[in-house]
Amino acid sequence: MKRQIIDKGVHSTFLLIALFSIAALSLIMVFLFIEGIPIFDQITIKEFVFGQYWYPTDDPTAFGILALILGSVYVTILSGMMAIPLGIMTAVYLAEIAPPKVAEIVKPIVELMASIPSVVIGFFGMVIVAPFIQKLFNIPVGLNMFNASLMLAFMAVPTICSISEDAIFSVPVAVKEASFALGATHFETIAKVIIPASLSGICTAIILGLSRAIGETMVVLMAAGGAAMIPGSFFDPVRPLPASIAAEMAEAPFRSEHYHALFAIGIVLFLFTLIFNLFADYLSHKFRQVGEASL
Amino acid sequence: MIKKRLFMQKMCFSFLRMAVLINGAALAVILYFILSRGWRAISWEFLTQAPRDSMTAGGILPCIVGTISLCLITTFVALPIGVASAIYLNEYATQGKLVRIIRLGINNLAGVPSIVFGLFGLAFFCIVLKMGVSVAAGGLTLGIMTLPVIIGASEEALKSVPNTYREASLAMGATKWQTIRRVILPVAFPGIITGSILGLSRAAGETAPIMYTGAVFFTPDLPTSIFDEVMALPYHIYVLATAGTNIEATRHLQYGTALVLIVLVLGMNLFAIILRSKMRKKLRI
Amino acid sequence: MNKFSKLILALIVSMVIASSQVFGGELDIKGSTTVLPIAQKAAEAYMAQNPGVKISLSGGGSGNGIKAIIDGTADIGNASRFIKQKEVNLAGSKNVYPVPFRIALDAIVPIVNSQNKVKDLTRAQLKDIYLGKIKDWKEVGGTPGKIIVISRDSSSGTFGVWKELVMEKDRVIPSALTVPSNGGVVQAVTTTPGAIGYVGLGYLNHDIKAVKVDGIEGSEANTLNGSFPISRGLFMFTKGWPEGEIMDFISFILSRKGQDLVKEAGSIPLF
Repeated sequence: MKRQIIDKGVHSTFLLIALFSIAALSLIMVFLFIEGIPIFDQITIKEFVFGQYWYPTDDPTAFGILALILGSVYVTILSGMMAIPLGIMTAVYLAEIAPPKVAEIVKPIVELMASIPSVVIGFFGMVIVAPFIQKLFNIPVGLNMFNASLMLAFMAVPTICSISEDAIFSVPVAVKEASFALGATHFETIAKVIIPASLSGICTAIILGLSRAIGETMVVLMAAGGAAMIPGSFFDPVRPLPASIAAEMAEAPFRSEHYHALFAIGIVLFLFTLIFNLFADYLSHKFRQVGEASL
Repeated sequence: MIKKRLFMQKMCFSFLRMAVLINGAALAVILYFILSRGWRAISWEFLTQAPRDSMTAGGILPCIVGTISLCLITTFVALPIGVASAIYLNEYATQGKLVRIIRLGINNLAGVPSIVFGLFGLAFFCIVLKMGVSVAAGGLTLGIMTLPVIIGASEEALKSVPNTYREASLAMGATKWQTIRRVILPVAFPGIITGSILGLSRAAGETAPIMYTGAVFFTPDLPTSIFDEVMALPYHIYVLATAGTNIEATRHLQYGTALVLIVLVLGMNLFAIILRSKMRKKLRI
Repeated sequence: MNKFSKLILALIVSMVIASSQVFGGELDIKGSTTVLPIAQKAAEAYMAQNPGVKISLSGGGSGNGIKAIIDGTADIGNASRFIKQKEVNLAGSKNVYPVPFRIALDAIVPIVNSQNKVKDLTRAQLKDIYLGKIKDWKEVGGTPGKIIVISRDSSSGTFGVWKELVMEKDRVIPSALTVPSNGGVVQAVTTTPGAIGYVGLGYLNHDIKAVKVDGIEGSEANTLNGSFPISRGLFMFTKGWPEGEIMDFISFILSRKGQDLVKEAGSIPLF
């Protein structure tokens, strides 16, 4: 009898602890909003999101983050253009054609890529890549959108690769064998059967990879150049959302307009990744692969 | 016809191999530069002394100690909560709305950008809870950030425990909690620890969450309490590379610090893998 | 498992014990990156003299330094400008009386890449370059090439002085690269041939070229006699009149020895 009471107690304790993640997520939202909303006493949401000029400490101040949003979006798209093909191709290679011995070497490489701290990658972009691309493309500054995207791509590849690999791997063998039996080559099977069958998983991988890229801070802080303007070319410096927060937070007087504006940027960034993640979650549930039947 | 198709296959497969090579090459280039330029900075003095002469000489001991103490706090926060959450999700929960919401929460927590954790840590731990910039505030922030990783790893480990174990234990009259504590946890333990160390190694390398919550520019003495502010390896790299008094002259220190950070992070990974294989052997006996 | 939990317990216990220990004086110093090298030199020397004292330094800009004094999160706030009226009001509303100590002088010198032929710019030209009106070096007598404008993050004290004395409060073009510190500006100008930036006098080195302003070279002598137009005082602020360790530290900086360290750090001593 006593054991059962203990058991019940343990059950509810674990439930309470499991709710902690939700609590943490809600707390994060609450604090972002508490500290971020006051800026909208000064300006409208429209002015904030679509304003072209970011002069937080000038007199008069200007809190328009359009250039920062576009900076983030462009950097993310550009890095996606590099990371998505690389990540998916590596995943296909690992799941389908790598001999087991090669896979044993490649997998740790991908894991290793994921484990290198972002500040080291940002540092590398700033110190090695910047002078290199400056000379290579004969451009005035090496700290720019292209550099940051390249570094972000490096960080997004492991995410995209490992999640797509899982998706490809979970395609039932029977489906594959059926395709072979019909006379398709291995490559045709991959392109026409396996990839379509694992498409939802691959999409989830892409979204999560891009979500990681858009929220990454140190790389864009160190390698993107930090100019709050709407970029006109790949080689223009940009100032994505996370870089603005990181560069200015320490200097924004507590609960000043600038401080609230930076938290409001945090809200925008949070919403971006929240939408990405909810979408990924929706995809993976809606099109969950359950055996052959779901194809 | 089939020849053409096979040729097509060959060509496309070589593209795939090329993609893998690009990844490998990128990693190799980064590691090469950090290693070849960093190792010259490494010396006994570098690892055991505080920075001197406006951080243009001396070592990085305070940063190493700072990063380790941040990691310890992170462990205290994330490990118990993470493992308990995983136990609930894997052992107690039945598929339902609540579980769905909890999982959604965990997934979204995992997706929150690191700088947003930093903002939250600043607003909540540093200001509302009055911890100020301290190891405690930084470690707690990192802890919440690492939580989803640890939950994921622990769940993976719990899932790998065969159901027959649970059934056997329950059949002998043990309660669920007894089964978990005496049967499942010991079996899942190596997996949990490995996954958790991997999560912690990521926390050790994070910069954005601790910029405003735990790390400072320069404090040569080692922390004596959890309410002290510290220097930390990742932040030190950032500071030396962007805000130092003479950035070019301290280049070797920057590479050296980056090397130490990478070795620490990869070392933790390696340690986790070795630990796992050792514990597995032990459990089999 | 048992061993592991014991280890954790031991760690918790040791941390709790460690945290309960009381140490000698602790000084938290925050603020301007321009004052940082001075504070760092002084802190190192002061700690060597008084082993019981523990000093923590962080940067973050002048606004942050003064804010830290008002919030009470630091003992000394460094600033490369005087306190603003807004900040005085804020302090007043919290019943804090910030006390300024002028500890050094500094000149802000425009710098260009060492290969650049331009030697002298007027303040009007500098302003037009930072407004984006002058876009090419040939317009100010240099070899043709795009001017890469490098500026500082908006709340830096150096930026504040630049904005006031050069920009006359007009806005720097958005396409300007922003760099978080004086050292970062030097670094960026060193590696970028068409770049122009501005730094505190202490940051000048052989890799970059200082530009004269209105024909006057940025130097210690020209700053002390007031002829160099872009100069300022460097301050340390305390919350009310300082006492104990804080007073000692400030007196140390204002002593002959402290002022020698100011010079060593590359700024201009008061005497």
